Amino acid sequence: MTLAPETTDLKIQLRWGGHDEGPESWFTVCDLDVLLPGRGVAALLPDGRQVALFRDRGGALYAIDNRDPFSGAAVLSRGLTGTHQGRPFVASPLLKQRFDLLSGQCLDDETVRVTTYEVRAASPSLSGV
Amino acid sequence: MTATPGANPTIVLVGHGMVGQRFLEALAERGLTATHRVVVLCEEPRPAYDRVALTSYFSGKTPEELSMTDMEFIAAQGIELHVGDPAVTVDRENRKVTARSGQVFDYDVLVLATGSYPFVPPVPNKDAEGCFVYRTIDDLLAIEEYAKRKATVGAVVGGGLLGLEAAGALKGLGLTSHIVEFAPRLMPVQVDDGGGAALLRTIEDMGLSVHTGVGTQEIVVDESGAVTGMKLSDGSELATDMVVFSAGVRPRDQLARDCGLTVGERGGITVDEQCRTVNDPHVFAIGECALASDGRVYGLVAPGYEQAETAAATIASDEASFVGADLSTKLKLLGVDVASFGDAHGTAEDCLDVVYSDSRSGLYKKLVIGRDGTLLGGILVGDADAYGTLRALTGSVPPVAPESLVLPADAGGGAQLGPSALPDEAVVCSCHNVTKGAIRGAVTEHSCTTVPEVKKCTKAGTGCGSCVKVLGQLVTAELEASGVEVDKGLCGCFGQTREELYEIVLALRINTYQDLLDRYGRDGARGGDGCDVCKPAVASIIASLAPTIGASGYVLDGEQAALQETNDHFLANLQKNGSYSVVPRIPGGEITPEGLIVIGEIARDFGLYTKITGGQRIDMFGARVEQLPLIWTRLVDAGFESGHAYGKSLRTVKSCVGQTWCRYGVQDSVRMAIDLELRYRGLRSPHKLKSAVSGCARECAEAQSKDFGVIATSNGWNLYVGGNGGATPRHADLLAQDLSDAELVRLIDRFLMFYIRTADRLERTSTWLERIPGGLDHVRDVVVEDSLGICEELESLMTAHVAHYADEWATTINDPEKLARFVSFVNAPDTPDPVVGFVPEREQIKPDLPLLTIGHRPLEGSAQR
Ligand code: SRM
Ligand SMILES: Cc1cc2nc3c(=O)[nH]c(=O)nc-3n(C[C@H](O)[C@H](O)[C@H](O)COP(=O)(O)OP(=O)(O)OC[C@H]3O[C@@H](n4cnc5c(N)ncnc54)[C@H](O)[C@@H]3O)c2cc1C
Ligand code: SF4
Ligand code: FES
Repeated sequence: MTLAPETTDLKIQLRWGGHDEGPESWFTVCDLDVLLPGRGVAALLPDGRQVALFRDRGGALYAIDNRDPFSGAAVLSRGLTGTHQGRPFVASPLLKQRFDLLSGQCLDDETVRVTTYEVRAASPSLSGV
Repeated sequence: MTATPGANPTIVLVGHGMVGQRFLEALAERGLTATHRVVVLCEEPRPAYDRVALTSYFSGKTPEELSMTDMEFIAAQGIELHVGDPAVTVDRENRKVTARSGQVFDYDVLVLATGSYPFVPPVPNKDAEGCFVYRTIDDLLAIEEYAKRKATVGAVVGGGLLGLEAAGALKGLGLTSHIVEFAPRLMPVQVDDGGGAALLRTIEDMGLSVHTGVGTQEIVVDESGAVTGMKLSDGSELATDMVVFSAGVRPRDQLARDCGLTVGERGGITVDEQCRTVNDPHVFAIGECALASDGRVYGLVAPGYEQAETAAATIASDEASFVGADLSTKLKLLGVDVASFGDAHGTAEDCLDVVYSDSRSGLYKKLVIGRDGTLLGGILVGDADAYGTLRALTGSVPPVAPESLVLPADAGGGAQLGPSALPDEAVVCSCHNVTKGAIRGAVTEHSCTTVPEVKKCTKAGTGCGSCVKVLGQLVTAELEASGVEVDKGLCGCFGQTREELYEIVLALRINTYQDLLDRYGRDGARGGDGCDVCKPAVASIIASLAPTIGASGYVLDGEQAALQETNDHFLANLQKNGSYSVVPRIPGGEITPEGLIVIGEIARDFGLYTKITGGQRIDMFGARVEQLPLIWTRLVDAGFESGHAYGKSLRTVKSCVGQTWCRYGVQDSVRMAIDLELRYRGLRSPHKLKSAVSGCARECAEAQSKDFGVIATSNGWNLYVGGNGGATPRHADLLAQDLSDAELVRLIDRFLMFYIRTADRLERTSTWLERIPGGLDHVRDVVVEDSLGICEELESLMTAHVAHYADEWATTINDPEKLARFVSFVNAPDTPDPVVGFVPEREQIKPDLPLLTIGHRPLEGSAQR
């Protein structure tokens, strides 16, 4: 999660591959302003994985796996977001289980967690792939 | 049956009615079914059922639903139940009962619970074809069959409680109904002249003809012997196709007479305080066939239940007695509240009356007060809200002036005699004799926190149900007194209820969620992101009020898009594999062949699964998100609009073919359904709204299961509200009758806007109606009588909605920025989601579900959509 500076031509980027591959490992997804505060979009990674991206009212970005582990459908990006005890979450649009956007932890079932991704808003010059 | 006859002492019960069944339960509770052989002789072709609710058969209850007999209970207790086999003789000397089938049963204890038979006055031709009584399910089946086959006019002899019910039932069957009552007023037993007059006015307003002060002299028949009319004592003749006698009941004591038991002068098997017959210690009599030790035959179920308990206790050698009972009743007759309690007719010496009567609104309230100020009894017609409290106060001096208890609030009265005014020993539930103290104890000592829990714990409220309202007040008061504070806030972000938020939004014209949250959110929530509970709830409020508060009426505009549930956000219903379903609006269920062909072609071209829905329209399943705009472009081109199957908004207004085609129809139900559907389409509300219009009382469109349902009458339309299917079905209540088109629409406008204003989130009209204080009567006051003076505003809000309606799919397909959202992947708009897959089934497709590692665990209460 990173705070996005107020510029318009920023892109959303996801950390791609291993953590030690340097600046080249950021994958550019889309323009920042495509993302409506309070809603998500889904992005397809080159390896076929799907990521759900969200932006909150303060401009913070979050990325978790798009697949809802309860239903198997790739729909978490379509859920409603909110805050629970100060932490951001998304509620699955299917059966409404909530997932912490920072840790991927399911708030309604402690045995379930989804993958999280590092995400940032950056100007295109910085981007790798 | 395993018990060997004769091995255990035998109890034979004759009559399996309401009281008989209660007696069996009492036996089981006392363990007597284990130590005794229990034989039941039941005359009717079905075991005990709820006779009190008999008339609800005509509002859709099936005989099975009326049943009070749990066959598992009968089997588990080893009770030998002989259905359709009455007792014909009793031999007391040898203690034997012979049934019609010829079987003979030895008994040690015989319990007679044979109930009553309807009294038919001895007028000529009383047994003609077309003459009926009103007592059993079989009677109702016969009445219904005859009414449908042969009758357009029906007359009821007797204007008492049952007569009015019967007349209402005839009217409900589509007949012109008359009531002929010998006494000078209706319900002579329960109410006095003033009450009778108020009742008369209201009932005549409903279109029933009432003839009081005249007797029936003769039933007139045609050559075939079928009823054609009746001659009345004033010399007039009333033309009618059928007659229902409801002139009172008489105890069924013939069996007892035949075996030499003592019966009263006017009938009834004479019993002592233990309900034992005065002649024979082995024989008991309970229920309506018994003449109790206080010299009365009780025609109500509550005293009968007490007698059943008393007899069972006595058989178990416990102490119990029945020395008389209160004749208090609260009824809803044809939608009118009628209650009487205590010494309703003021028979006590020196007592005084306090009367409030308003003939315009059909209100009549009388209290009987003793010289020392003791409340002795009373009568309430038109509004019996205070019944529970007043009945419980009977016998004591009320803590406030009696007149303030009967005057309406705006006439300087309406003292809210809350439950706190009741003494602990006041009997709140008279069916089960539960005192206020016992109810408080359930809360304080047995930690019950809800009415259902208290019902289970104390049995209060599980009989006739008339005390449930007071019960609710008591439970809340007790909880509050013990410091339990219930946070009524909408969610963690807002401390207000949905209703309060609605008022804030409307009054202050707040038209964004953020503004509302930052100004009115809870302390920690202001400036934050809200949550998945309040966002859609506020989105719905803003959408319902959009034109009035200056918000966009398009739910995907600006901030509103971020607040919507996923279905509203994609204007389609999300299915289990991530695909969507598409439901175009088909108003009233009427569709042209061309329309059908277009839908067929679209479904074929996109490979969608099609199904006729339960809402009289067509659902196409299996669309990928990126296909939605393409599908809708074609639908909009062909003239279709969004069906809002995804929204908490108007779904469908179903119709039957009605007058145009159907031989029974009396109005054009299809046109009305289409008009209503087009008027309310797109209206966002706390929960979904469903409606239907039927062309006659046969009700083929099932209007009485809808949030607002309309049934045609020969004079216009009847409006029903608060119906529901789903997990807890509820029949709708009649709100108003014989409305013109314009009156109907105006009333629905008001009703819907009042619901939208005051309901909780995800609260259907049915639960709302049950929850709001005053219930249906309050809603009727507000929307019909305009008691709050808000009807003009409600109507203008609806007018604004109707004027600003626009099809949201048409708007969307013309907005490229919005269309860009309909993709599976923001970075690969042309790539479909590979997780969405299908496999063939029955020549169509079905979702191919991914194998899951975690099972389905829907969260309690969270899957509501
Ligand atoms: C498609 C349909 C079944 C069908 O194949 O016929 C259907 C399908 C669904 N119904 Fe229904 N209901 C359908 C008619 C009904 C009816 C019958 C009717 O409308 O006459 C009822 C009972 C009547 C009533 O609502 O009172 C009905 C009572 C429910 C309920 C229970 C509501 C309640 O108050 O208890 C739910 C759950 C809810 O809303 O919380 C529900 C919810 C649903 C949902 C939205 C469940 C879900 O969350 O996915 C289904 C989604 C459909 C979709 O994705 O398109 N559906 N549902 C019917 C669509 C009618 C239409 O044309 O719009
Ligand atoms: C339409 C209607 C509405 C009513 N509304 C109310 C109300 O709102 N409140 C209220 O308190 N009361 C009401 N009552 C009255 C209430 O139903 C009776 O008080 C109650 O049913 C009495 O119960 P019971 O068991 O004594 O008699 P019943 O329920 O009449 O049962 C007696 C049974 O015994 C059977 N039987 C008779 N003879 C024999 C025999 N020889 N062998 C075998 N079986 C036999 C009969 O067929 C019958 O099934 C209403 C009654 C009717 C008809
Ligand atoms: S409800 Fe409609 S279709 Fe059914 S019988 Fe009446 S008019 Fe005919
Ligand atoms: S008074 Fe009948 S249930 Fe309580």
